[in-house]
Amino acid sequence: MLQTYTYPEYAYAQSEEQRTGTPKRHPAVIIGAGPIGLTQALDFASRGIPAVVLDDNNTVSIGSRAVCYAKRPLEIWDRLGVGEYFVERGVQWRVGKVFFHNDLTYSFDLLPEAHHKMPAMINLQQYYLEERLVTACEDSPLVDLRWKHKLLSIDQKDEFATLTVETPDGIFKMQAAWVVAADGANSDTRRMVGADFTGQFFQDRFLIADVVMKADFPTERWFWFDPPFHRGQSVLLHKEVDNVWRIDFQLGWNSDPAEEKKPEKVIPRIQAMLGPDVEFELEWVSVYQFACRRIDQFRHGRVLFSGDAAHQVSPFGARGANTGVQDCDNLGWKLKAVLDGDAPVSLLDTYHEERAYAADDNIGHSTRATDFITPKSRSSLRLRNAVLELARTEPFARPLVNSGRLSTPTPYVQSSLNTPDTEPFGGRMLPGTNCADAPIECNGRDAWLLNQLGQGFVLLTFGPAAPVTVGSITAPVLQVGKDIIDTQGVLTERYDGKPGTVYLIRPDQHVAARWRQFDRTKVLAALRRALALQ
Amino acid sequence: MALNHEPNIPDQDLFYEELIKAQRELSDDQADLMLAKLVLILSNHVGDRTVLSEAITLARDNSLATPASVA
Repeated sequence: MLQTYTYPEYAYAQSEEQRTGTPKRHPAVIIGAGPIGLTQALDFASRGIPAVVLDDNNTVSIGSRAVCYAKRPLEIWDRLGVGEYFVERGVQWRVGKVFFHNDLTYSFDLLPEAHHKMPAMINLQQYYLEERLVTACEDSPLVDLRWKHKLLSIDQKDEFATLTVETPDGIFKMQAAWVVAADGANSDTRRMVGADFTGQFFQDRFLIADVVMKADFPTERWFWFDPPFHRGQSVLLHKEVDNVWRIDFQLGWNSDPAEEKKPEKVIPRIQAMLGPDVEFELEWVSVYQFACRRIDQFRHGRVLFSGDAAHQVSPFGARGANTGVQDCDNLGWKLKAVLDGDAPVSLLDTYHEERAYAADDNIGHSTRATDFITPKSRSSLRLRNAVLELARTEPFARPLVNSGRLSTPTPYVQSSLNTPDTEPFGGRMLPGTNCADAPIECNGRDAWLLNQLGQGFVLLTFGPAAPVTVGSITAPVLQVGKDIIDTQGVLTERYDGKPGTVYLIRPDQHVAARWRQFDRTKVLAALRRALALQ
Repeated sequence: MALNHEPNIPDQDLFYEELIKAQRELSDDQADLMLAKLVLILSNHVGDRTVLSEAITLARDNSLATPASVA
């Protein structure tokens, strides 16, 4: 049992529809109350979609599991009202050290780019994250959290899906216009719809342990390649909150998971790594094997897959939960437009188009890190070791050291929803890219750009423009110099905001199109395109 | 021209992946030979004898400075 954390138990309640035996038709039912299911529920609520969340359990994640959250998911959570809490609650590290054999190879400082509200990343145990998300869901009038509700089967019709659900009170049926499967890597929902989930399994096992340090220990990320206390393998150490430290030991394929998990096996190993004088207590330990794979289609009729249910990556680089949160960000506004009749159902196919593209990019990053950390052949091991030896003195070799790359969003540069540029632009805000934050002034107060975006479509302009409307969707104008003030010039620089420039920004804070001057016809066409109307 | 010690490869992770993938389905001996050939191909491309000498010295000294690694 954990010493630093007590698991909450959430109360099961029988729903009215089960009690009365009258199935209700819900716009959206989410399967799984993990970080992704809960985030999706908050995102749906923020868009005005009532969401029912079903979870077969009644508590948060057992063990710390995901611990590292990157800037983009923090920005999304900030839009949903919980980002500031996570940043305050979490810890941040900047100094990383890489060790090879007995020695420190080099250390680095992340030096995050200035002028963003959210940090490059934070570390926070998954249970703290989930607990806050649960509270936010409970506080939302549009989210209906149902614990101890297990999905047994799905029957899809043209207009809706019928869900057969089991609770402590027996079995009942619900109807849902749309179902989001956020039930994790072993998704039952995925099996129910017969989706294909393929990729590469890594023939390796990892032991993760949380330890409580009894004395000060630096807030740094340490990565060992082939250390003397764990020959031939790799080890990662980084900090969580409450003086808890996460340690990942690569075990190799021939290890016995049950044996490796025993405290009498784990504790000496950690002691050897930390040194004989460091006092610690073992808090939690788990052994896992991982795979890099993704679902064939993110949309199977009325069932939409997100998070680990749709894609699984290696843990190096913290891409699991981070990419799942971006799935939620992508799906919410699209589903809202479809439910409201403002967009065709085909808009939901662009959820697959954009997020499968991102998943493949993530899988590539995590596979490359895995291949560097655990070389598969004698010569790739030699190359890896050559890189590490050169990295001690050679700056050129250091970027080649890959112990996991920080998760950054994948721009949807090839998305069918983008309107390609027809005029030259500098900077990084290409159509399909998530908007960079910038410090601004709003109503005479210091504020952040991203907090002004994300309610719906918006025209971010550097000159006069007029709102445009398609169906019930209106993109209002947010004019720099009038509605918001670019006090430090960062906004204008990041968006290459020459006078007259107009950006059409999607509800998920991504650039849909941009021009050097406002042209109503072009803006309307781009908005229609971003809604898959043409 | 002097040897460049600073990072100079764009998309370095994709480069490294390509290098590793190029050894797939080679025997250990073939992979060794492949790397040796790569050294010669790139040396010829560089051509500059001063740079090549500097690189050879760096590779040798770096290897001597490291206790025999397990490879």
